[in-house]
Amino acid sequence: MLDDQDRRLLRQLQADPSLTTAALAARAGVSAPVAARRLEKLKAAGILRGVHRVIDWRALGYAVEVSLRITLDKTDPGAFDAFTAAARKVPEVTEIQTFLGRVDVRLSVIARDMAHWQQIYRARILALPHIAEIEALMRIATIKTDPGLPI
Amino acid sequence: MTELDDTDRAIAQALQRDATVSAGALGRQLGLSQPATWRRIRRMEEAGILAGWRADLDLPALGLGVTVFLGVKLATKSRVSLEEFERAISAIPEVQAVDHVLGRYDYRLRITARDLADFERVLRRRLMTLPGLGDIEANVLLSEERLPGPL
Repeated sequence: MLDDQDRRLLRQLQADPSLTTAALAARAGVSAPVAARRLEKLKAAGILRGVHRVIDWRALGYAVEVSLRITLDKTDPGAFDAFTAAARKVPEVTEIQTFLGRVDVRLSVIARDMAHWQQIYRARILALPHIAEIEALMRIATIKTDPGLPI
Repeated sequence: MTELDDTDRAIAQALQRDATVSAGALGRQLGLSQPATWRRIRRMEEAGILAGWRADLDLPALGLGVTVFLGVKLATKSRVSLEEFERAISAIPEVQAVDHVLGRYDYRLRITARDLADFERVLRRRLMTLPGLGDIEANVLLSEERLPGPL
């Protein structure tokens, strides 16, 4: 379904999502109207879901980022849905992932400092339903973040 | 640290949702002129708050069907081994993200591969051959959602 032109456009978009359609077209070696038409088609097909600005929470004073690895009590068949629905309501939760493995769910949680983190952890996180086990990994540094996937 | 007012927050939130919306269209929604909206965007960019851009692609549709989160513990932990490990791990193209963390594991990796067989190849040939590697744990990503965060 995808041809070389589509892939070239997506590759360039992935490398620099801030490009205008005209700039993208030039880099992918297609005309601007062709690029516009193809991007529209990729959007309609759900392959290009969107382009987003990324907020650096550290610049807003959120110095702490914790990765919470959670195992749920799966004796309740609604555990996953109830847990994720409740986690979505915690403003400091920025990502929710579900897994196949030892860990069921991972939350990315941000806080201003350790005191703020403790407050969120006690009042909001531990209050989430169906948690069987919880383990925290605190981010020290980001070594690599690269969206350059081989598409 | 830059303080944001409610209008800044609304702009940041809208661009986080859809980065392709123009300053003019955004301004009309918020009752601001195009130049006033643009100035606020520039200010948040200069403060490092609107930090990057992200294209959200349907990876399985592009032939990248498997994403795995890997927790990695190093067997030996001198400063040299950390730096060596970080350099080696960052050079693997399938490794999309590397975070140095504090907790049960030393590093958190995000790996994207074509399928499970391709992931196994990366794991065996590229990761398991790294010096100083200790305990590792793999969790296969089933679903992922990003939330707006405390704006």
